[in-house]
Amino acid sequence: MNTNTSNLEKLVNQPYKYGFATEIETDTIKIGLSEETVRLISSKKNEPSFMLDFRLKAFKKWQKMKEPEWAYLNYVPTNYQNIRYYSAPKKKKKLDSLDEVDPELIEAFEKLGISLNEQKRISNVAVDAVFDSVSIGTTFKDELAKAGVIFCSISEAIQLYPNLIKTYLGRVVPVGDNFFAALNSAVFTDGSFCYIPKNVKCPLELSTYFRINDEESGQFERTLIIAEENSYVSYLEGCTAPKYDSNQLHAAIVELISLESAEIKYSTVQNWYAGNEDGKGGIYNFVTKRGLCAGKDSKISWTQVETGSAITWKYPSCILTGENSTGEFYSVALTNNYQQADTGTKMLHIGKNTRSRIVSKGISAGSSRNSYRGLVKIGPNAFGARNYSQCDSLLLGNNSSANTFPYIQVQNSTAKIEHEASTSKIGEEQIFYFLQRGIDLESAVSLIISGFCREVFSELPMEFALEADRLLNLKLEGTVG
Amino acid sequence: MKKSCLLEIKNLKATINGVEILKGVDLNIKRGEIHAIMGPNGSGKSTLSKVLTGHPAYTISEGEIKFDGENINGLSPEERAHLGIFLAFQYPVEIPGVSNEEFLRLAYNLKRKSNNLEEVDPITFFTVLQEKLNVVGMNSSFLNRNVNEGFSGGEKKRNEILQMAVLDSTLSILDETDSGLDIDALRTLSEGINKIMNPSKSIILITHYQRLLDYIKPDYIHIIQDGKIIKTGDATLAGILEERGYEWLKD
Repeated sequence: MNTNTSNLEKLVNQPYKYGFATEIETDTIKIGLSEETVRLISSKKNEPSFMLDFRLKAFKKWQKMKEPEWAYLNYVPTNYQNIRYYSAPKKKKKLDSLDEVDPELIEAFEKLGISLNEQKRISNVAVDAVFDSVSIGTTFKDELAKAGVIFCSISEAIQLYPNLIKTYLGRVVPVGDNFFAALNSAVFTDGSFCYIPKNVKCPLELSTYFRINDEESGQFERTLIIAEENSYVSYLEGCTAPKYDSNQLHAAIVELISLESAEIKYSTVQNWYAGNEDGKGGIYNFVTKRGLCAGKDSKISWTQVETGSAITWKYPSCILTGENSTGEFYSVALTNNYQQADTGTKMLHIGKNTRSRIVSKGISAGSSRNSYRGLVKIGPNAFGARNYSQCDSLLLGNNSSANTFPYIQVQNSTAKIEHEASTSKIGEEQIFYFLQRGIDLESAVSLIISGFCREVFSELPMEFALEADRLLNLKLEGTVG
Repeated sequence: MKKSCLLEIKNLKATINGVEILKGVDLNIKRGEIHAIMGPNGSGKSTLSKVLTGHPAYTISEGEIKFDGENINGLSPEERAHLGIFLAFQYPVEIPGVSNEEFLRLAYNLKRKSNNLEEVDPITFFTVLQEKLNVVGMNSSFLNRNVNEGFSGGEKKRNEILQMAVLDSTLSILDETDSGLDIDALRTLSEGINKIMNPSKSIILITHYQRLLDYIKPDYIHIIQDGKIIKTGDATLAGILEERGYEWLKD
């Protein structure tokens, strides 16, 4: 009877394109978590002792912590003893260059549209590819090295730049920050490291691509980006996972440090497997992302396009310590079927004249639940601080829901805070209006979505804005490719 | 010379949620004609417009609709739109995030595409738009605003007529386009509609009031009651209705 609504449902229920698994020999450890597991991971990675101490300290804190329950999410709690904490494609020998990477892996990434072959890559993007627990290769290393930029896996950085790691790892997200951050700090296996020296504008877009392959392994990656005085970097992360009926855990940490007059632009296109139409399977995505604007006039900008995962718990935040520093958060979160997202940001204004801007766009389809949760906190010394927040929700069909939870704490009376929120619904009558004007359902949804997300997409680097648009199209319109 | 029939409706019966609303409508409209449909609330006027344009909530249980000689009972709403059937909505919906210009350009180009014409670029389209804006007396600031979002009642109705002009529809159904308009807006809009009208097109005016018919002269007036056309007359019928209401038709 409600043909429009059911057509709309058909459209939003496009199959997941990245659901294949790759058959590959892996080096794994036993399922389960104990102090032994933590020691084993550290020794497998041949880490210096300060790293083992870091991990053990985190593990001790984690053992005393409880999984948070305040998010507007409903799920079966994870059994942390049922996860494999280390899984790596078996290396036959040490790799000297990307040419020696297992062709199976190269092919797996090719299938995802990520070519590790430098000739085939978009010429201005360097990629670090992470498969289950380890980084399998980074492109354009030499070119970056010429500019003085370090871009490598975090495991490599621990070996090669222990002093930078010692100084900065855990500085923005301390080991005991929260339940998932403590877990990550204890067992993280790989991730990306990036260091931009003083006065350098990074010549390439940097990108990390995360792929979960193993059914039982969790992915705990760790990213650390340091932008020295007056430097600039734009960084993008992408993620996918195969379709399994069970849920996989992804608990990552990203730490950004921006020193005086430096700028970090961090973009995410998250497309983990979301589970099937009945809500079975999918990734649990519990991520701690935080940036520190340590220097005067520094800037950190988070842009995220969240389309995957069964559960998303994620609040990319900015600590604005430096005078005149700026924090930005641009987000599109799309949920469908039984997906649940509780996402937003925290802007902590500590320094004088700090500014922040929040633009959040939530799209809910099917029976999904999409919540924005954000905190804007103005400290007692943040004279002249300003914040602007805008939270828009779009509901497709009748069974989805959207919530907005803005928290505002102001301890300085010179601060200016603005908050705007809206909710719109695309129902049968809106769709009929389009159809009557000769605009078919797919074109209509595409037009609505790209219009709704425009302010966020325009913040993405060009290539990725197209990718994000395509991704949403894939999820909502059925135009493949 | 015999003018060709643009729309032929034969014994049309239609239901929504299993309830029959149209109970056998017969109506023939030739090119160049303007027909007004009047009738009390709940008589089936708006339902007729929805059924003609293919609203999925309604089911045709009997009868047929022919447009330009072809049966269109089975066509989707967008296919009917591409043939040139246009509905000016009684309550135009707001579409967040989509600008009027984008919306119009997409509708315009999709119609061209379905008629095997080349799509036009934004600059060419802007020229097309300028001309149509003048016809309905709208200024170009409307184009950058989201479709109907924050528009006043009158602006929404005007926007409907702009779309009708841009899409250059062959059969336009105007569902209570006059409601909510002040007298000046009604006059401007009516002048616009008269300018758009030509001998190859037809218009169906659905209205409650004679005042619209003072500006747009119908060739025929039909009175619909309980899902059937119970009386057809010329333009003078509206005057009688205004004076005596629908009651005198009951016998």
